[in-house]
Amino acid sequence: MTESAPAGPPAPPFRLSMLIYDRQYRSLTIQVVVFILLMLLVSWIVHNTVLNLARLGKDINFSFLFNRAGYDIPQQLIPYDSDDTHLRAAMVGLLNTLYVSLLGCIAATVLGVVAGVLRLSNNWLIARIMTVYVEIFRNIPLLLWILIIYAAFTEITPGPREYRGENAREMFLGLFAPTNRYTAIPSVIAEHSPGVLAIGRIEIPWLAIMGIVFFIAAIVLRRWVNARAQRIQNSTGRRPTTWWINLALFAVPPIAIWLIFGLHLEVPELAGFNFKGGINVDNSLVALWLALSLYTGAFIAEIVRAGILAISKGQTEAAYALGLSPGWTMNLVILPQALRVIIPPLISQYLNLIKNSSLAVAVGYMDLRGTLGGTTVNQTGREMEGILLMMAIYLSISLSVSAVMNIYNNRVKLKER
Amino acid sequence: MKTTVFLGAAAATALMAGAGFAAEGDTLAQVKARGELLCGVNPGLVGFASPDANGNWSGFDVAVCKAVAAAVLGDASKVKYIPLTGQTRFTGLASGEVDVLPRNSTWTFSRDTDLKLDFIGVNYYDGQGFLVPKSLGVSSAKELDGATICIQTGTTTELNLADYFKANNMAYQPVNIDSNAEGEQQYLAGACDAYTTDASGLAATRAAFANPADHVILPEIISKEPLGPAVRHGDNNWADIVRWTLYALIAAEEYGVTSANLEELSKSSQNPEVQRLLGSTDNLGQMMGLDADWAKRAIMASGNYGEIFAATIGEQTPIGLARGLNAQWTQGGLMYAMPFR
Repeated sequence: MTESAPAGPPAPPFRLSMLIYDRQYRSLTIQVVVFILLMLLVSWIVHNTVLNLARLGKDINFSFLFNRAGYDIPQQLIPYDSDDTHLRAAMVGLLNTLYVSLLGCIAATVLGVVAGVLRLSNNWLIARIMTVYVEIFRNIPLLLWILIIYAAFTEITPGPREYRGENAREMFLGLFAPTNRYTAIPSVIAEHSPGVLAIGRIEIPWLAIMGIVFFIAAIVLRRWVNARAQRIQNSTGRRPTTWWINLALFAVPPIAIWLIFGLHLEVPELAGFNFKGGINVDNSLVALWLALSLYTGAFIAEIVRAGILAISKGQTEAAYALGLSPGWTMNLVILPQALRVIIPPLISQYLNLIKNSSLAVAVGYMDLRGTLGGTTVNQTGREMEGILLMMAIYLSISLSVSAVMNIYNNRVKLKER
Repeated sequence: MKTTVFLGAAAATALMAGAGFAAEGDTLAQVKARGELLCGVNPGLVGFASPDANGNWSGFDVAVCKAVAAAVLGDASKVKYIPLTGQTRFTGLASGEVDVLPRNSTWTFSRDTDLKLDFIGVNYYDGQGFLVPKSLGVSSAKELDGATICIQTGTTTELNLADYFKANNMAYQPVNIDSNAEGEQQYLAGACDAYTTDASGLAATRAAFANPADHVILPEIISKEPLGPAVRHGDNNWADIVRWTLYALIAAEEYGVTSANLEELSKSSQNPEVQRLLGSTDNLGQMMGLDADWAKRAIMASGNYGEIFAATIGEQTPIGLARGLNAQWTQGGLMYAMPFR
């Protein structure tokens, strides 16, 4: 009867039954009902959790974060010892997570782009090798890769003590000493050190800050130099030579710092049980980083390949017709367009890599899962709080990365006007 | 249609959650109804708890499982062994995955109070030590400054280690491992200079090496590690049953009751304490919801405390632990069962 509402101008007066029988309102009714049920389910789950915890005599309480942690963490980017709080231990873990994720994202991107491009190469051997790489790493679980690479490090390399005594092993190039715990590498120290910038207990060497500032300045200046060259080219038809300016921008500051502050290498030496003096890069970090990069790199290679294949062949032919070399064609014509296709799936690969880094626990790399979600939860018995905190932290990391990458995506995507 | 599916899903979730509630309450009734004791044990620590090639568990901690199962269910074989790592053990107990946790766990204040566990007694008085290869040329833990040390994460030993090195103003590099098996592998691969855990665990681990004689346990014992079975806080009757089963094993040794002379003594013994223990007089078992023969069956399962010790970790076994603190109080040790009265 009321199934098809009359289209006449006088709208029928609202009746309650219209919520079900009137198409105009029905979808709204269903949405409201589903939403109420969903809220009921959520509140019931929360209530159930709290009730069950109360039965076990447990409450939700985050004050444990301010108690003394009491345990040591092998890998730390900020100073930490066993007298610090669980909160600081969690921070150490979080920074370790971000550190290995950042290193992993960079390496995976480089690896993925190279492998993706080479897989389309006309060189039969190179293309096949890349196919083998992609298929092997894409189709074996990441955890196995982490364990295999870590096992290779611990089983193949010698113990630190084998670098001592009569039949001592030679250090690689006299500088590096791979051992079954870490690889000892030389560190750079300054004869006339400008000191450190201390923020609380965190000490950042001024040299590192200077290095970063000069690097960023070099990037900005390089853009300006190139833009100027472009302008000149557009008006006169001649592009001034810029390569030596660009080279100088990146090479002169480090050399200057090197000479002014008298930098030199400190070669690690075996003292007591372990190497001292240089930097000991943990095998667990290297194994995790390699595995994450190789694994995610294989996926990125496929994304890059798909992106390149998405660009019409006519573009390549047009570029060749204009006389561009294959390298230029790839860099100036194909890749910029392919980026539009590549970026969105690339974001999700980055997010995967960050979340996968929690497998660090398999090789004893103390990331967020290892400190907050592992030892802290265990020593305090606050599983619920620990897991909730970890979920919140991983969620915020992922959403932040997404947000930043989306801004980038909006910049490179096709502008429609 | 969508709403129906949704309601169905909600109802299913509700049902599953309802099942979750059942984990609470009367453990004794649940064990009896299930006909099986769920016992949380170490995934593999020779002498304390380890499965053989046929999947049969044996060891010092396993004997507690068997005794409790015999006392409660009348059959020492009605145990389901659930291996739990250092990280998962207390969660496993709290969530009802196991009924009792004899898993060489240290009795500490915060575990007893904040973690809502109840340690029902001590079945092994232990202390933390260091295992090093002889070739390292180290004779004291004080010489371990700068060493790399393998440590099981989530244990009290992790905290003791940090405290000990701090107190002695020494540095060390921890290598975090998850289980004893992993620790053994890392230690033998030379990824750490020393391995630290309870001295009994070190002895058990060393016994499993190809060349045990190439490794030494350093003389320093850096902590007190009273190891005992734990149950969930709140079920006092169940705690009583596990506690007095352990005491029955200890008391049996004190009074000379062994698995060999048990039957004979239950008929002929003139010692009133033995009579009460074995249920010949005063039906003690009834007071905690069991029958009169509960302790007899518990002792029959693998013998009294001394027999269990000798068979699993004693000096005649590859592990070769002396009784030491774990001798009866009459022999100068700390094993002291409360009176059966």
